[in-house]
Amino acid sequence: MTAQAEGDHLGEPTGTQTYTNVTCPFCGLLCDDLQITRTGSTLEVSNGCPRAAAGFQRPLPPAKPLVRGSEVSFEEAVQAAAALVRGASLPLYGGMAGDVGLARAVLSIADRTGGVVDHALSEGQYRNLRVVQTSGWIMSTLTETRNRADLIIIVGSDVHKLHGRFFDRIVTNEHTMFEEIGGKRTVVFIGEGLDTSAATGPRVEEVITLPVSKDRIPEVLAAISGLVRGHALQVPEGAAEAAPKRSGILATLLSGGKSGGSSSAVPEIAGVKFADIERVAEKCKNAQYGVMVWSPPALSMPQADLSVHMMTEIVRELNLTTRFAGLALGGNEGAPSAASTCTWQTGFPLRVSFASGAPEYDSYRYNISRMLTDGEGDMLLWVASIGTDIGLPQTSLPTVVLGTPGLRLAQPPTVYIPVGTPGIDHIGQMIRCDNVVSLPMQNLGRSQLPSSADVLAAIEAAL
Amino acid sequence: MMIKLTGGKVYDPANHVNGEVRDIYVRDGRIIAADPDARVDKEYDVRGKVVMAGGIDPHTHIGGGKVTIARMLLPEDHEKDEVARTELTRSGTGHALPSTMITGYRYAEMGYTAAFEPAMLPANARQAHMEMGDTPLLDKGAFVMLGSDDFLLRSMAEKKDFEFIKDYIAWTMHASQAIAMKVVNPGGISAFKFNQRKLDLDEKHVHYGVTPRDIILTLTRGLLELGVAHPLHVHGCNLGIPGNVETTLATIRATEGLPLHLTHIQFHSYATEGDRRFSSGAVQIADLLKKYPNISIDVGQVMFGATCTASGDSMRQYNGAKNADPKRWVVMDIECDAGCGVVPFRYRDKSFVHALQWAIGLETFLLCEDPWRIFLTTDHPNGAPFYTYPHLIRLLMDRDFRRETMLHVNPEALKYSTLPNLDREYSMYEIAVLTRAGPARSLGLKDLGHVGPGARADITVYTEDGNRERMFEKPAMVFKNGELVVRDGKVIKVVNGATHVARPEYNRDIEKSLKNYFDRYHTVRMENFRLADEEIIDGGRGEIIVQPTRARTSS
Repeated sequence: MTAQAEGDHLGEPTGTQTYTNVTCPFCGLLCDDLQITRTGSTLEVSNGCPRAAAGFQRPLPPAKPLVRGSEVSFEEAVQAAAALVRGASLPLYGGMAGDVGLARAVLSIADRTGGVVDHALSEGQYRNLRVVQTSGWIMSTLTETRNRADLIIIVGSDVHKLHGRFFDRIVTNEHTMFEEIGGKRTVVFIGEGLDTSAATGPRVEEVITLPVSKDRIPEVLAAISGLVRGHALQVPEGAAEAAPKRSGILATLLSGGKSGGSSSAVPEIAGVKFADIERVAEKCKNAQYGVMVWSPPALSMPQADLSVHMMTEIVRELNLTTRFAGLALGGNEGAPSAASTCTWQTGFPLRVSFASGAPEYDSYRYNISRMLTDGEGDMLLWVASIGTDIGLPQTSLPTVVLGTPGLRLAQPPTVYIPVGTPGIDHIGQMIRCDNVVSLPMQNLGRSQLPSSADVLAAIEAAL
Repeated sequence: MMIKLTGGKVYDPANHVNGEVRDIYVRDGRIIAADPDARVDKEYDVRGKVVMAGGIDPHTHIGGGKVTIARMLLPEDHEKDEVARTELTRSGTGHALPSTMITGYRYAEMGYTAAFEPAMLPANARQAHMEMGDTPLLDKGAFVMLGSDDFLLRSMAEKKDFEFIKDYIAWTMHASQAIAMKVVNPGGISAFKFNQRKLDLDEKHVHYGVTPRDIILTLTRGLLELGVAHPLHVHGCNLGIPGNVETTLATIRATEGLPLHLTHIQFHSYATEGDRRFSSGAVQIADLLKKYPNISIDVGQVMFGATCTASGDSMRQYNGAKNADPKRWVVMDIECDAGCGVVPFRYRDKSFVHALQWAIGLETFLLCEDPWRIFLTTDHPNGAPFYTYPHLIRLLMDRDFRRETMLHVNPEALKYSTLPNLDREYSMYEIAVLTRAGPARSLGLKDLGHVGPGARADITVYTEDGNRERMFEKPAMVFKNGELVVRDGKVIKVVNGATHVARPEYNRDIEKSLKNYFDRYHTVRMENFRLADEEIIDGGRGEIIVQPTRARTSS
């Protein structure tokens, strides 16, 4: 996997080396075709998205282990962290931003110390998991969508901004295996202010945008759902502003006519022309392989899981006659790695407490963000080994942070230990946003920083 | 370190030992020839006890995406069976979809020391191996799935040279670190992506024009010529459909005498007699199998209770989703590679259909005379969780118990099966074939499944008990590589097992075609699709054992 070695030594990285087929840890797509050149400890990405470039090329500030703000040796920091963990009766293991190896290490120490485990980005992930755990779903994956989709509906998610190469790799790709199906695509955007600029090129036959504010997306989805089921919808004319903000489609439909002193004569739902919604519903019914795409963290409307549910129910209905599937993106900061590893080791996708000795699952109670707000737990161990944005949450508890150097910290942690990033400073494995594919992470030799898994193992050994 | 197990009644069919009293000597993790003069460091008195090799489950869904999807889907499945940690063991959860550590502990506590994941998607191989890596106390291995992957179907449609296809089969086994190969609803998982809702043995795939028969024969011949020990492991067409016995019979005949393994055949043995148009086809299958000595089967026995079905067969699982209990299921199209379907299910003894499924499985066991060609499975968790094996063994070994159990199941169902007329009782020797020697021979595990000199010292010691369920659920001792890991049905030491793989020869030129294919169509690089040895060895946590293959031949 590596080539052109030129003076690679232990210790301080020197020389120039080019790495191919590099997997990028900086978003859930885990693009694995990057070419990266390292000169000393500086990395240069030849073919990544802006997010990848920013992640790999960020200058790594010097970082030393700290205890209460003072520089200490690695061993002293590990001992101090172990003392905090040992003294806690309900340690919280949060962040969990890392690879499978980190998830294994967190689960091991949490099991041993009766702690609680959760990932920093669980909230977004749970918008999906609640749907899986109540009704299940029909899903696709990146390669399947890339080759097969003739209709791609992007819901409420600024995918181009969040996943810079999604369009390039999955929507407007040069080659597709099934030209007669996935050769020409219709791309539908449901939402306001979404960057549609990447939906272009010879593959894209048509782009349809249904501009609707995020909190009213459910109304548009409900209309599509009704239409694909063959229901006759009575649609009011115009005057989106007259509809109460949270009234939803039901109120609009049940009113059976005008919903207020409207000026426009065109039938609308949530301010979107009904004719456009009907066109999208027709496209859905006529698609050979349609894919409904969303990025869970972007669905910031209240009860977003209900919107995910509505999407998956539209998909389910369409499968009675044609093929259709969902594709959830997101998955940044190793969230799928943490959730899957926790599931195979405990049976539950995070938000697990080991306090009783056995895994106890409660997705409300063991939400670490809520626990911190409500003053539960007596120590927080936070791991953020990938991006710098997964900062320590506000808390008055003693904190141990295993973080990438440069991690944004709103408050100084009690103990800080710098750790490497999987795929840059150490090898590892990560699971992609579609929860099927996992990828190897290379060691690009940027630094000698230890993996967060090794640091946790050292803390566990020191207990 | 020399260990001696003294005076046990040994059942070791691979070495034709049938209940004779033997001493077993173990040195450095392996069984050695009896040596009365050797200095014994540790002696275990097992007089009066039954000694066998460690059990081998050749078909159990213990690792990989669909199992973890199933775990995620059904938190309530685990909630009644949470397991606390101990000084030795990790916490976890059990029931139908046990967590990985609990899977390892419970198999070992039942006397099993090896288990094989039968449905590893190439695209999911890395995760399957990570999960198996977190499954302690067991040796493991995986069967990689081909047959609905677009590369094979394209190659067949383009009538590529057979050596090219063989190279691809072998490459896939290497890349995914597999010991054998499985086909699931041949071509059907792909056909479902093109909105075909069924694909019979001779029905053409709408896009590629190939039939399941073509796919089965291509893979069967390919594996045979590549010298892979285990023949193609076939989950046939039309799973679960009344009348599918005809498809299964046709599949057997299609082999024209070539070796094949038909898995969870119970789900493929349904005839259409009676008012309900649902009856047993087990007699027809057993009769035909007598004429095809190169075909082996495993049963996929159904047991009553709640479980979850998890299969690569997205087409059939989508169809079966209407029966989901609870009403919640997942179907996936995966990576131009495969698919999966996860559907929770509850088998009820008072249900006509479920009772008949139960009866057909037992009938299959009792009608198939050659124990070397039939393996004891519930297709965990599809027919039932693997913890039901001791109960199943009692049903096979104890006619009276079987008759008594039949009193509690739907009586109508029993009229459409020959089960009530079958008097056969399995012997201890035959059980040792079904659960040890047979799977080891079929999978080509040269040093597992027996307790003769040279074998890995995976040994299970049972306390004789007329109640065979009690006897088999709680062995007195289990040794893994010569270390005592279970005593009185409880784990007392945790070690990691090895991963078994087979590596048939192939021409590296295949990677030129594959590289081009991956670069054009895939979202993963070919180089990253391949799973490196180091990922399994994982700094010494794991170990890879390469089992022998025969020399490659050409037809």
